[in-house]
Amino acid sequence: MRSRVMMRKTGTHLILFVLGLSFLAPFVWMLLTSLKSLEEISSLPVTIFPKLVLWSNFSEVFNVIPFTDYFLNTLLITLLSVVGQLFSAPLVAYSITKIEWTGARWIFPIVIATMLIPYQVTMIPVYLIFQKMGLTGSIWPLVLPTFTGAPLYIFLLRQFFMALPTSLIHAAKIDGASDFRTYWNIVLPLSRPALTSVAIFTFLYTWSDFLGPLLYINDAARYTLTLGLQAFLAEHYTEWGLLMAASVMFTLPIVIMFFFAQKQFIEGISLTGIKG
Amino acid sequence: MRKNNFTGFAFASPWIIGFLVFTLYPLGASLYYGFTDFNVFQSPNFVGLDNYNELMKDDLFWKSVRNTLYLTVISTPLNLLFSLLTAMLLNSRIRGLSVYRTVYYIPTIIPLAATSLLWMWIMNAQFGLLNAFLGWLGLPQPNWLADPALSKLSLILMGLWSVGNIIIIFLASLQEVPQSLYESASIDGAGMLRKFTNITVPWISPIILFQLIMQIINNLQYFTQAYFVVSSTNLNQGASGGPENSLLVYAMYLYHNAFQYFKMGKASAMAWILFVMAGIITWVIFKSSKKWVTYGGGD
Repeated sequence: MRSRVMMRKTGTHLILFVLGLSFLAPFVWMLLTSLKSLEEISSLPVTIFPKLVLWSNFSEVFNVIPFTDYFLNTLLITLLSVVGQLFSAPLVAYSITKIEWTGARWIFPIVIATMLIPYQVTMIPVYLIFQKMGLTGSIWPLVLPTFTGAPLYIFLLRQFFMALPTSLIHAAKIDGASDFRTYWNIVLPLSRPALTSVAIFTFLYTWSDFLGPLLYINDAARYTLTLGLQAFLAEHYTEWGLLMAASVMFTLPIVIMFFFAQKQFIEGISLTGIKG
Repeated sequence: MRKNNFTGFAFASPWIIGFLVFTLYPLGASLYYGFTDFNVFQSPNFVGLDNYNELMKDDLFWKSVRNTLYLTVISTPLNLLFSLLTAMLLNSRIRGLSVYRTVYYIPTIIPLAATSLLWMWIMNAQFGLLNAFLGWLGLPQPNWLADPALSKLSLILMGLWSVGNIIIIFLASLQEVPQSLYESASIDGAGMLRKFTNITVPWISPIILFQLIMQIINNLQYFTQAYFVVSSTNLNQGASGGPENSLLVYAMYLYHNAFQYFKMGKASAMAWILFVMAGIITWVIFKSSKKWVTYGGGD
């Protein structure tokens, strides 16, 4: 009996371990490729470790594309989007969980329903609105919508606010605090973990977004990193050492952020996945 | 209750404005554009069902429908099943859980652009890691993304690398299943499979339902990865759909129509077909879910 349990444990470990290796291997391959010369990459047999470790791919990326500009453009859009979501999503979530008013019952089902609408359905008219406003080509079509609250984050914060003890809010109101004071001084400080999750997910989403920038940003000087990578790929599709070096630099900020805020990542994911 | 209406409205106003401007109006506008001939430079001209008729006779439209359905029908169940099995292995009180969880989760935070580039390189027919590995094992070395018969399967394989968030969600819900249920089932002599179908699945079925719907909606909008793969094979920068248009997914063809051919009316018609399809699929799944989803669990 005991040996059977042991065997099952070992089997589970073995599967998880091999699976883990195959999840890690692509990263390792990305790093190793970024250190290889073009000659080595395009010769057979395929080598695993670089014959000669070459750091120059990383500096070469800055010569081939204006990486710093793309990086700063992306960072600006991303930070503004984080501000936008942190401004709007908690306000809406508070209104439907902690304020008794007629709209509270109506808004939440609509928020959930809008999560099911494909981006492509509203894409063209929204594009035309921004075109009329003369904003296409700027970052505003990517940033402005974040100030109206994305359904996923409203949903996540609603779950969190509902779990906050109502007694705290009642106590504050009995002491004569307005809704805004209660929101600002009590609810928001208590919601730091959930707000951090919203900030992280917004950062991730915006940093990685491709279709949005593809629609609105056509001036190469204003490219985001995803657009820059795509343009780079279309021109230098055989120079994998450079492409991998650029991918490493593009991905690194996110991986660093992950290791600093691992707990919020995992908790946030669990919070959005569980419905009801 | 009445006096709070102003405050409630004020707090919700960012969303209300956003809903009206970025969702409700665009929904109506794209429905209308779908019935017009519209190229952005001139105002829309009503043409009735012309766009829809044109689409029904358009081979590329049907190709894109088939490509997207192929991706959705294979990759949705595959991703969910793979995630569930992995989550169950992780849930067996093993040591090193947090390390495994991290390793499986990290690929999902990598931007799709970088994921696509990385896998295009791994799946490179001549110098890629995958074919080197297969060759070392003495197995055939296919052309993966460049082969019209395999290109979509290659993307599906690539997608399996990014299911970590579903694994985490399933794991979190598996951890909430009371152990006592399994213990009493063991006493009754239930095997692994019985426990899985009679305890695990009913208990986490609401989460499976939610993930199923979100996966389908996302897969119907599949775009970025296919766009990147196509970019590398498309040096003249025109609109293309990869090898023999095998990667011309629905969202890509819609994008081509709207922003490369400036057929906004036709693209809007495609958008509404997508919307209606997504709506019908979601509705059917919800209806059928009454048979297999248990709310409240345990009783």
